[in-house]
Amino acid sequence: MSTILTLPDQATARVPKRNYLTNENGLLSWLLTGDHKRIAILYLISITFFFFIGGALAGLIRMELLTPQSDLMASDTYNKIFTMHGVIMVFLFLVPSVPATLGNFMIPIMVGAKDLAFPKINLLSWYLYLVGGGMTLAAMISGGVDTGWTFTTPMSTHFSNTNVVTTGLAIFVAGFSSIFTGLNFIVTIHKMRAPGMTWFKLPLFVWSNYAASILMVLGTPVLAITLVLVVLERTIGIGVFDATKGGDPILFQHLFWFYSHPAVYIMILPGMGVISEVISTFSRKRVFGYTAVAFSSVAIAVFGFFVWAHHMFIMGVSNYAVLVFSLLTMLVAVPSAIKIFNWAFTLYKGSITFETPMLYAFGFMGLFTIGGLTGVFLGSAGTDIHLTETYFIVAHFHFVMVGGMLMAFLSGVHFWWPKMTGRMYPEKLSQLAAVVTFIGFNLTFFPQFLVGMLGMPRRYAAYPQEFQVLNVFSTAGATILGVGYLLPMIYLVWSLKYGEVAGNNPWQATGLEWQIQSPPLTENFTTIPIVTQDVYDYEWLERQKEHEVTHVG
Amino acid sequence: MSDSSHQLTADAGVTPHVHPPYQRHHFVSMEQQTETTSFGMWLFLLTEIMFFGGLFTAYLIYRNWYYPAFVAGSHQLNIFWGSLNTLLLITSSFTMAMGVWCSETKRQKGLIWSLIATLILGLGFLGIKTIEYKEKWEKHHIPGASFSWQGFVHPTPEELKNGDKALPEDIARKTEVYFSLYFAMTGMHAVHMIIGIALLCGMLAKAMRGGYMDGHIAFVENFGLYWHFVDIVWIFLFPLLYLISRHQ
Repeated sequence: MSTILTLPDQATARVPKRNYLTNENGLLSWLLTGDHKRIAILYLISITFFFFIGGALAGLIRMELLTPQSDLMASDTYNKIFTMHGVIMVFLFLVPSVPATLGNFMIPIMVGAKDLAFPKINLLSWYLYLVGGGMTLAAMISGGVDTGWTFTTPMSTHFSNTNVVTTGLAIFVAGFSSIFTGLNFIVTIHKMRAPGMTWFKLPLFVWSNYAASILMVLGTPVLAITLVLVVLERTIGIGVFDATKGGDPILFQHLFWFYSHPAVYIMILPGMGVISEVISTFSRKRVFGYTAVAFSSVAIAVFGFFVWAHHMFIMGVSNYAVLVFSLLTMLVAVPSAIKIFNWAFTLYKGSITFETPMLYAFGFMGLFTIGGLTGVFLGSAGTDIHLTETYFIVAHFHFVMVGGMLMAFLSGVHFWWPKMTGRMYPEKLSQLAAVVTFIGFNLTFFPQFLVGMLGMPRRYAAYPQEFQVLNVFSTAGATILGVGYLLPMIYLVWSLKYGEVAGNNPWQATGLEWQIQSPPLTENFTTIPIVTQDVYDYEWLERQKEHEVTHVG
Repeated sequence: MSDSSHQLTADAGVTPHVHPPYQRHHFVSMEQQTETTSFGMWLFLLTEIMFFGGLFTAYLIYRNWYYPAFVAGSHQLNIFWGSLNTLLLITSSFTMAMGVWCSETKRQKGLIWSLIATLILGLGFLGIKTIEYKEKWEKHHIPGASFSWQGFVHPTPEELKNGDKALPEDIARKTEVYFSLYFAMTGMHAVHMIIGIALLCGMLAKAMRGGYMDGHIAFVENFGLYWHFVDIVWIFLFPLLYLISRHQ
């Protein structure tokens, strides 16, 4: 295993005295900052907080499912626990995970700008996230909500006796934080690129965040108005979704999934961007088929808007609609496969090394492929009728979201950790964590495919005796997975003080972000760069290194 | 970083010159700042279109399903107040456009009076909307617990004279869907008006202290875009809710 860390200019590296972390001091300098890098750190802390709450709830779910009877908690408590797990993980972790942290930090630097286009709106976005998160916690503490994260009507409007209104408004507010992030990214990528930074010199991380931003900007407002209607229906009793008054609960499903299906691409696309960067860096090669990978992100975003009804095959939509949406769903598999194949071809004949980000990226490729292919099962109308609302679907979206997105997030956090903090994480320990996460993940969720095929329904606290063995495996896996997540939490914090000094470019990568000091200056670049080299141009980098004068700090 | 090493970070050739005080540090030029701000505003308006789009979708579906109920419902709206409100809003868009022009040409008095006119017209719109809502309240046309569809089954002699027909009960019940959408759509529009008026007040206060006369008028311009957008939403709401089913 080669260690790029000991290259000459890294050996003498010191953490520069002046950087964005030391530029200003005091709590207010953080709470009122307009610096995209500081806001990214604020986001990183916040989403980690919510991730561990969501994770603790997942732990409770797995503990309950250890035995067939509903013994750890009553059924209605269980309903609240899995609902809060879903709400927190989807809206407060997965949606902002990569864009609001790594994207916020890296995109302005990658396009060669000093900040995002609207720094104050960026800060406002974080505060809206906090308000939304705070309201969600308030709803949870004051009795929880039990509708599932999908707020299904008429359950949410008429029958549930829990805090639907508070949670709905919380998601409404958090939605605007996501809209503002997306808006900021699109404007920045369009208008703030440095001279010479053409669209096809943009790193693929920027492309994929751009595609995700389109979805955030166009999809989230629809969710917002849908939640407003649910709240109005619940509070004053308007009749838009109420079948007794002539409204149609299925309309709620259409509007909700018009956002929430694209939302799964909001979650996964930025992760795919991370994987492109990592695979290219640790294969020392330009991403194979750069243009195809770039456009496949946009294609996923566009197709993503036309497949929403595949969540509704058993809800009474017409057979014709099922046919059309089933076919359209297959279309999404094409750009997703383009990505996977191109990453594989990037690896081919590359000089591959196995640093932690790369291990997570391998995990992503395998698990996302399984998650994606089982998605084809579920997109096919025939098999969907059998598999939907079973643990098969739970396993499917956890493979994509946890096995895919969370792996990509951890890959990205490790990859850019030296840039963000100026320190290296401990390599051996983190490699161990990546492997533990991979094993724990598979042990947790693979049995759920099987148990779902056998017909175990999701969202119940109790289940028939014959499913217990597989559920015990799953709970055991969740324990290992929990260790896999706690490890980075501990050693990353440790590395802030005791980690090896990283230097500017520990991975010898080509991106603009690696050509500036770590941690960067508040203004990122002392002078706006002129971009002349191609993206992922490792030959250029080699030439640069030949006559580079070591000069760090 | 050594100067010989990276073409990448070479000076962009931007000769240092005096920036206007309102240019934010992270923009290279004032032109870039203006373009960026305006692009951002248009993008925000796009999200607003999607926001109202959900409501318009619901309207289209239910109008197809419950056509007679939608006809009867729209007959209950007051065409006079609706038309007057349309007139007020279009006029306020004109005064707002005048305001933008005045700030561009640095006419402080013109700007102040345009903003005051816009403010009054906007408040007038909300006032009339209140009168209309009160009318609905009295007729029990507000959806929810106190909603009554009896009036559609037993129209008053006056309504019969105007060509309204008594609806069968099952169709009359569906008028609640119409009024749900009426209140959701005009209500969301009114919320946007209220936000607009709040921003307008702040802008007026700044204009009275001599603001926007130094050529930095991004806020006035972008608020103008917002105000026109809210106006355009009404231009769609008015015919859909008041007009298109009226003569049947």
